[in-house]
Amino acid sequence: MSRTACRAPLLLLLFLFTACRGGYSALDTASPEATRITNLHWLMFWVTGAVSFVVIAALAIALTRRRTAETREGQRRRTRAVAAAALLSTLVLLGLLTASVLAGRAVATPVGPAALRIQVVGHQWWWEVSYPAEPPSETVITANEIHVPVGRPVLLELSTTDVIHSFWVPNLNGKKDLIPGRPTRHLLRPERTGVFEGRCAEFCGYQHAHMGFLLIAEEPDRFEAWLTSQRRPAAEPSDAAGNHGREVFLSSGCVLCHTIRGIGAFGHNAPDLTHLASRRMIASATLPNTAGHLAGWVVDSQYVKPGNHMPPNLLPAEDLLDLISYLRTLQ
Amino acid sequence: MSARETASSREPKEPEAREETERAELARTWHEREGFLGRIVSVDHKTIGRRYIITAFVFFFLGGIEALLIRLQLAVPENRILNPDLYNQIFTMHGTTMMFFFAVPMMLGLGLYFVPLMVGTRNIPFPRLNAVGYWFYLFGGLYLYLQFLGNGGPDAGWFDYVPLASSQFSTGHRIDAWVQIINFTEISALIVAASIIVTVFKQRAPGMSLNRIPLFVWAMLISMVMVIFAMPAVIFTAGSLNSDRTIGTHLFNPAEGGDVLLWQHTFWFFGHPEVYIIFLPALGIISSILSAFCRREVFGYTAMVLALVATAFLGFSLWVHHMFATGLPQIGESFFTAASLMIAIPTGVQMFCWIATIWGSRPRWEPPLLYVVAFFLLFLLGGMTGLMLASVPMDLQVHDTFFVVGHLHYVLIGGALFPVLGGLTFWFPKMTGRMLSRRLGFWSLGFLFVGFNMTFFPMHELGFHGMPRRVYTYLPDKGWNFWNLVSSIGTVVLAIGVALFLVNVLKSLYRGARAPENPWGAETLEWATESPPPVYNFLRLPVVASRSPLWEEKELPFVTGLALDRREVLVTGALDAAPSHREEIPGPSPWPFVASITMSVGLIGSVFNVWWLPAGFVVSIPPAVAWYFTEEKP
Repeated sequence: MSRTACRAPLLLLLFLFTACRGGYSALDTASPEATRITNLHWLMFWVTGAVSFVVIAALAIALTRRRTAETREGQRRRTRAVAAAALLSTLVLLGLLTASVLAGRAVATPVGPAALRIQVVGHQWWWEVSYPAEPPSETVITANEIHVPVGRPVLLELSTTDVIHSFWVPNLNGKKDLIPGRPTRHLLRPERTGVFEGRCAEFCGYQHAHMGFLLIAEEPDRFEAWLTSQRRPAAEPSDAAGNHGREVFLSSGCVLCHTIRGIGAFGHNAPDLTHLASRRMIASATLPNTAGHLAGWVVDSQYVKPGNHMPPNLLPAEDLLDLISYLRTLQ
Repeated sequence: MSARETASSREPKEPEAREETERAELARTWHEREGFLGRIVSVDHKTIGRRYIITAFVFFFLGGIEALLIRLQLAVPENRILNPDLYNQIFTMHGTTMMFFFAVPMMLGLGLYFVPLMVGTRNIPFPRLNAVGYWFYLFGGLYLYLQFLGNGGPDAGWFDYVPLASSQFSTGHRIDAWVQIINFTEISALIVAASIIVTVFKQRAPGMSLNRIPLFVWAMLISMVMVIFAMPAVIFTAGSLNSDRTIGTHLFNPAEGGDVLLWQHTFWFFGHPEVYIIFLPALGIISSILSAFCRREVFGYTAMVLALVATAFLGFSLWVHHMFATGLPQIGESFFTAASLMIAIPTGVQMFCWIATIWGSRPRWEPPLLYVVAFFLLFLLGGMTGLMLASVPMDLQVHDTFFVVGHLHYVLIGGALFPVLGGLTFWFPKMTGRMLSRRLGFWSLGFLFVGFNMTFFPMHELGFHGMPRRVYTYLPDKGWNFWNLVSSIGTVVLAIGVALFLVNVLKSLYRGARAPENPWGAETLEWATESPPPVYNFLRLPVVASRSPLWEEKELPFVTGLALDRREVLVTGALDAAPSHREEIPGPSPWPFVASITMSVGLIGSVFNVWWLPAGFVVSIPPAVAWYFTEEKP
């Protein structure tokens, strides 16, 4: 169904939410949880829609009927009608309550030990993602891009280092807040492969608008391959430009905040860049990961995301080009 | 003094001359001075109520301008008209202004103006205190906007979640301004609440037993009782944040054993009832308009009153539905789902009763009635989306998205602003002695209705498509562009509607047709005196024998025996309104104004140095004492 076609009922019916499908939406579901919630939504939608229709119809009739004298019998009839309507609404509400509680239980199904554990830490304004492992040196740390296998429940352990954020991938499940001092857990069970967008839903300061991430659901073997590649330390530069770029990284402000495993950069205030080039987007799913955007971001990230915590880096042109070409090799 | 002595309907009509002397005497006793000084010392409930209404409208325009700026910024993706710093201040100011400086004070103003008239008394019981309430409200608003103009507007949302609003993440005095204005607005609301509650319980016209109180008065009364329970919660919670920020307590700091969720609980324990504090008076307005234009009493009086009471009770047990995403225990959340759904029952009952009122009454199609119809349509939709938000799993999807922005505006604009505008259209003749233009009234309502739906209906769609609230911009590839543009264009239509309303008011103020005492043929006591009412409200205090005194066939009986040369009101019993005694109430005084200034200076100064607070307190003692010991004799 085309977007325009499915918007038509919106203009016609008073209380319709359109059923546009596709893309980044809570109605285009890719997990049992999201499907359950969407079904509940449509149930509530049709029930409340019907109730609204009846009430408005009654109002319209009431407004246009001819005047009748107040009689005792008329009073009695109206009393009965109001009582019946109140009783009926109570029953409808009880029905909705039951549906809601059942859906709530289904969505909150506890998961077994088979679930994949991923730690997500919210920062102003980016997401730190880590895959704990034994031994701890095998732990994979990345940022703003969460890879998960299809067909295996994923248990996210959510926490934050600063203010409250909220984790939300509309296609997969509802929201869960990241609250200082109160770790929370969130369940994701993607049923199909795909790249799903997510973002922060709780107001968290200047760049709340640009605190997105990608959730990439893939076949288990591809996921394992990705995990293996992410475990490796950073790739060695293969040419002079790359070598110089690494020198620039280590001798400029970058190293104070960013980590690149294998080259002695251990900053912990900003995204881990060990495999930066493998990621699709930069700046919390704000810009595509291309050389041009990367260079612009390094030089003046404040233009793209005013107020973010990365200072401008006024590097000489040659240094900048080499730095970018080095970062582009970090597959 | 018993009812039989005071009520004397059968006395022969007195000579005109005697009526004129009484009128002159009362006018002298209740005289309010003209001019600037007169305005400062005034204690008349109508003057102060009118001030609340006008000031609230000024803030409504300021908040509206902020809303237009927000929509201007969001009209197209990656807009750079506002930077995030300014945008965050503006959306915080919009919410703060509309909730604390428009919606609640508007209801307070309507209550102050009409409750004493509707219950048939001369003034509220604590007129000087009431003057303080208004000054506090005004000074709080001025302070907030002065600081905003100096780039110091609060920027953590009107809800000020910690730790974003804590001193660690919000340095400077922006949040402190928000914290202080809570004191100003809530003290003002508490003062009005006390005044209105005592007026309703102790100063009703003889014969106006509990089951004869007009529904608007019931709604105001219950709303004011809610104020008394809800406002201390926000004063406490804002005070706690203040002490965290200024003297280093750690109530909300998890690193020191504090809890950030404590803020959300205490804030929403106030924040959700706040919605009903705004909404209940609006329901009262609907009842007033409907009975006047359907020319019959609202159907199911007892059910209506009980529904208001039930709404007030339930309104205090819903606050957690703002916090479903915080990971509270599921069983607890289900309780709040049940309570949130349940509140639809009393509201539904009221809607059914109104429809039953209209049924077979062939109402007159005047602008106020159309506002009621608009209220029905919009509030119904807001209520239905409210049911969705009450459900935990549904809420987890749409929480903190534009869906909620759509919902809350349908509830607050549809459920409160439309009734208020309808009510102002309805009561304008009473307040000014002039009729509003009927044609302009229809036009402004038309623009408001179309513009409102254009602005806020698309937001539901945006919410489902994942657009979070409180974002200063968005990327162009999300599929949000079209509906955001529609919404922004809608605000222009909406603004035209508001402007037409304003034009209508200003034009009618000078050129409107003269209004008679009771232009709509309504039934309650405010229509039993001149338009606008004289400063003493009623030449002779009325006595009522039914719910619709002005629809009785015989002329309204009245009270005799009140002194004409002193500001006397009749105190009656709380249940059956039997006359109990005469009470003299204080007249104009400059000291409430002076005391408000000294206290305000102390409160505002404490933002910058905590010692201003005790200093302001000490300096306020002399005016308070002077206030207590001085009585201006007419």
